[in-house]
Amino acid sequence: MAEIDTDSDTATAQDRILHDHNHDGVDRRGFLKCMAWAGTGTFLVLQGGVLKSYALGSTSEIGKAAAQGGLSFVQISDSHMGFNKPANTDVAATLKAAVDKINALPVAPEFLLHTGDISHLSKPEQFDTVDQILKSASAKDVFFVPGEHDVLDDDGKSYLERYGKGSRGKGWRSFDKKGVHFIGLVNVLNLKQGGLGSLGAEQLEWLEDDVKHLKSSTPIVVFAHIPLWTVYPAWGWGTDDSAQALSYLKKFGSVTVLNGHIHQVMQKVEGNVTFHTAMSTAFPQPQPGKAEGPGPMKVPAEQLRSVLGITDVNYVGGQHALALVDSTLA
Amino acid sequence: MIVHRALRILGSAALLILVATALLWGAETRAAGAPALAASSPPTAAAGIEVKIDNFSFAPAVLEVAAGTTVTWVNHDDIPHTVVSTDKDRVFKSKTLDTDEKYSFVFAKPGRYPYFCSVHPKMTGEVVVR
Repeated sequence: MAEIDTDSDTATAQDRILHDHNHDGVDRRGFLKCMAWAGTGTFLVLQGGVLKSYALGSTSEIGKAAAQGGLSFVQISDSHMGFNKPANTDVAATLKAAVDKINALPVAPEFLLHTGDISHLSKPEQFDTVDQILKSASAKDVFFVPGEHDVLDDDGKSYLERYGKGSRGKGWRSFDKKGVHFIGLVNVLNLKQGGLGSLGAEQLEWLEDDVKHLKSSTPIVVFAHIPLWTVYPAWGWGTDDSAQALSYLKKFGSVTVLNGHIHQVMQKVEGNVTFHTAMSTAFPQPQPGKAEGPGPMKVPAEQLRSVLGITDVNYVGGQHALALVDSTLA
Repeated sequence: MIVHRALRILGSAALLILVATALLWGAETRAAGAPALAASSPPTAAAGIEVKIDNFSFAPAVLEVAAGTTVTWVNHDDIPHTVVSTDKDRVFKSKTLDTDEKYSFVFAKPGRYPYFCSVHPKMTGEVVVR
């Protein structure tokens, strides 16, 4: 994992954080240090839209938070079941390792979020394998959103039959857990030539209506496959109509956006919104623009598990805080 | 004898440069979006022509063929792609192509046929049929 490019979007986000709008005395210097890639395990706490950092050694603080009646869940992403080429010819084994990691967490998560590309080729047996492996996770509930690899050739029909229970439209949904409002969005269907990810008018309308009656103090967690911020448009790493979706969330004091798709940890803070992408459990992808294309990055076998991982998220009730911890499978 | 051979080599080199320049000229004008069809060599009729899918791109991105030509797309990537015509009627539309899989379409009628990968819509290409 490399350091963040100083002229990237992320750097702009860093500059933004330097302004202490809330005058809450949170030390940003420490935060900025760990802002450069959370891939090896950084502990970030979001308080009133401002991030605070801890060294990863202090995971006991997460335990403390959960003991105080907080909410704990884990995001996994891009398991690409069926992929069988270098650098990972056994993506089932690395997904199992991710489940082992989840089961070894100091605080058992209440549920899992899978942010898409469950399968590599939308094949029933690939979905079956993932479902089977996830059964051994300590958390039994899994909420999915599709990746583009899950909706190949049938416009997401078989995905929806399998994972769409309780969802609306093409699979979008919302639910509440311990005062946190979760919104799962679908941005991998009806993609237009030359465009990026797409939410579409119907889903945007639903979203506007879904959050209209919520109090602005409600913490919001949005999860979707393709990033809802523009990471690197040349590689399709962004969503065309995400700005409109985010405009509906402006009134909320704490919005956390969890995405996958780019197979690496990246984070950006914009006002009260924290954007975060998770590692894949299958294979890494290059940093934006650092390769000819966004295809799988081949790494030596002994390094593979250090670029795959999970994201553990903890919410401390009453403290208006969400903590994100990325840990690798190494 | 030696001088003779040298001259011959020089001659073929010059020819090569000429051909290369012509090819470059064709490619450049096409890239600029000018209707430069006349500048390139006449398309081969009916022969099978391949478009390579590699590194999330179609090569050549713009392909000229004569009416009746079969064009075959071959996916050399580790990631699946599709070939879908941009027009509303979807004149041609492949299933998802996994690594090394192929898709062919016979272009019977002259015209411009823009297409893209519906999984990665930044990947675009065009077949120009004369």
